Amino acid sequence: MSEAVKEILKQYPGAGHDSLIPILQQVQDKMGYLSEESVIEVGKHLNMPASKIFGVATFYNQFRFTQPGKYHIQVCRGTACHVLGSATVLDELEKLLKIKSGQTSRDKMFSMEVVACIGACGLAPVISINGEFHAKVTTESLKNIIENYRNREA
Amino acid sequence: MNLNIEVNNNILEARQGDTILDALNRHGMSVPTLCHMKGLIPTGSCRMCVVEVEGRRNLVPACSEPITDGMRIKTHSNRVVESRKTIVELLLSNHPDDCLYCERNGSCELQNLAEDLNVRERRISGNKNNYKLDVSSASIVRDPAKCILCGRCVRVCEEIEGVSAIDFVGRGSKTLINTSFNHGLNLSTCVNCGQCIMVCPTGALKEKPHITEIKDTLGNPKKTVVVQYAPSITVSFAEEFGMKPGQNVIGLLNAALRRIGFDYVFDTSFSADLTIMEEASELVHRITNGGTLPMITSCCPGWVKYAEEFGHDILPNLSSCKSPQQMMGAIIKSYFAQVEGIAPEDIYSVSIMPCTAKKFEQQREEMTQNGISDVDAVLTTRELVRLIRLFGIDINKLEPEIADSPLGTRSSAGKIFGASGGVMEAAIRTAHFLITGKEMVKFQVRAVRGLEGRKEARVKVGDLEVGVAVVSGLKNASVLLDEIRNGRSDIHFIEVMACPGGCINGGGQPIGTDEEAVKARMASLYDIDEKDAIKVSHKNPYIVELYDKFLGKPLGHKSHQLLHTHYQKREVH
Repeated sequence: MSEAVKEILKQYPGAGHDSLIPILQQVQDKMGYLSEESVIEVGKHLNMPASKIFGVATFYNQFRFTQPGKYHIQVCRGTACHVLGSATVLDELEKLLKIKSGQTSRDKMFSMEVVACIGACGLAPVISINGEFHAKVTTESLKNIIENYRNREA
Repeated sequence: MNLNIEVNNNILEARQGDTILDALNRHGMSVPTLCHMKGLIPTGSCRMCVVEVEGRRNLVPACSEPITDGMRIKTHSNRVVESRKTIVELLLSNHPDDCLYCERNGSCELQNLAEDLNVRERRISGNKNNYKLDVSSASIVRDPAKCILCGRCVRVCEEIEGVSAIDFVGRGSKTLINTSFNHGLNLSTCVNCGQCIMVCPTGALKEKPHITEIKDTLGNPKKTVVVQYAPSITVSFAEEFGMKPGQNVIGLLNAALRRIGFDYVFDTSFSADLTIMEEASELVHRITNGGTLPMITSCCPGWVKYAEEFGHDILPNLSSCKSPQQMMGAIIKSYFAQVEGIAPEDIYSVSIMPCTAKKFEQQREEMTQNGISDVDAVLTTRELVRLIRLFGIDINKLEPEIADSPLGTRSSAGKIFGASGGVMEAAIRTAHFLITGKEMVKFQVRAVRGLEGRKEARVKVGDLEVGVAVVSGLKNASVLLDEIRNGRSDIHFIEVMACPGGCINGGGQPIGTDEEAVKARMASLYDIDEKDAIKVSHKNPYIVELYDKFLGKPLGHKSHQLLHTHYQKREVH
């Protein structure tokens, strides 16, 4: 079992089912996602079947089950971004990275998720990469942005 | 206290604590239900049972709404019927249109509701999902495309079996019922009991079919095809041919199986007697030699897998005996093959079981001798019915026949295996003889009979007082095991069956099995026991002969090799 998950569970001695979501949030914060092992471990701690935990976690958008890439891209699909063409942005990004929302690229460099609104409507359409906002994205600028991140690695 | 309510302008009496549905049912009235499960707390999620209650703005679900005095209810007003119809139309909007090809054509609750509510066109058309079949399990096939998300399988798995192999995954229109991390049933904690199939309203859950393979082998002249049927089959399958629940038609079954083309027809009750010889000897051995107690039965493959997953610490308590199905399989391919001069590899051994977990058990690697499976294929009761229909046999026109010797003669102790408590009672009868050298004065052990999920008794065996417990439904087993882990020591022998009430309510029995049918089947088994002359396994002449000629003695070398097994710890996912 991962030490990190062990540490988190130590903070919840004798916890009941009501602690499930806070625990999952902490695990995801620490690990970046909910791995199968960590879900089973949390299940043992709370005496809950893994299927139940998976059921709860898949209900919420905030939880992910694949390891995020080094650069995690959030594509805003809120109203303002939608009006200003975020659908095209999403399409273009899927083409560029060859992944769909919720997936991680094979080289583990990029992962992508669609979010409802990240509260930066003035910058629409906006994407956020590891918390760094990129404003008024177009298909052209998107290529450059991704290229820049790739070059950081080279 | 009695309450008065008005239903469709009739005054009815209801009891305090009743739901509307309880009150209606007691007066012989009904409203359609879908997510409702008798005996479990209502969820009220499908809204199929809605009724109109005067003074309430919205329709209320009858299954979960408590009765209040003076309540005025309309169960079939226009508004109510339209609402129900819309629900069915919405459920149908993304449902596959392949009723003709569906396993459950004719026994589908969704089909019946559509019929009853007069749905005659696809008024609402939704996006079809294209979920894949889950064929990973040895026992159960899942078709999520046909699932209407009533949640009954999830509840039976959690609340009756305590397994929780499946749950709702995802949200909104993307919700489906799946295992943890969508792995497929074979990698989940599923114990293959099949209770989910019994409660599924549609064709989303069914057994893994073995029927085609058996049909093909029946036509192969090189193979000797041998069949065995479980004790509970003879009191359940005839219901599908219009006979009353519980009617024992063993003679007709023998005749039908021969018409189908099986070369030899044997009764698993015979090997149930054999199981008792081994298991009772093991129990006596453990009691007199200070072995691990309580000893727990191992006839039920659902329970065995559950113990392998959730009860690593109690695996030493499990009897090492194979189940009657596997004992029969092993004897067919050793003793019977030897007697008849047939090579074991030329025998194709089929068993007919009220059970889906038997399909899993049959393919366990422990259940082989020199690379040859003890049993080759397993049919559920439902598949048996299909096979009989396929071969165009009119069961009502057959003359009863008897099963083949030497593996077709049983004592009634082997027969009562089909009901929860039966293994216990049969084992007590033989253990009593083994310990005291005398037969019991009265064979019946009434305290272990009946449909309760848990039964306990203290049985006098000579100077010994043996504490026994019988549980059915794995949730009940898990509660009892926790008591034992916490130091309870007055119980020496435990019988566990995964399905509530035992095999007569098994996951392979006809769809629509209700409490009345289960009671009738149980009564029928005990009636056979009343009337039979040989009530103890050790007096079965063919069992005596089998030991004399072939096995030697119970727990002997040959028994150990053929009739006993071992268990593996399984990681829980």
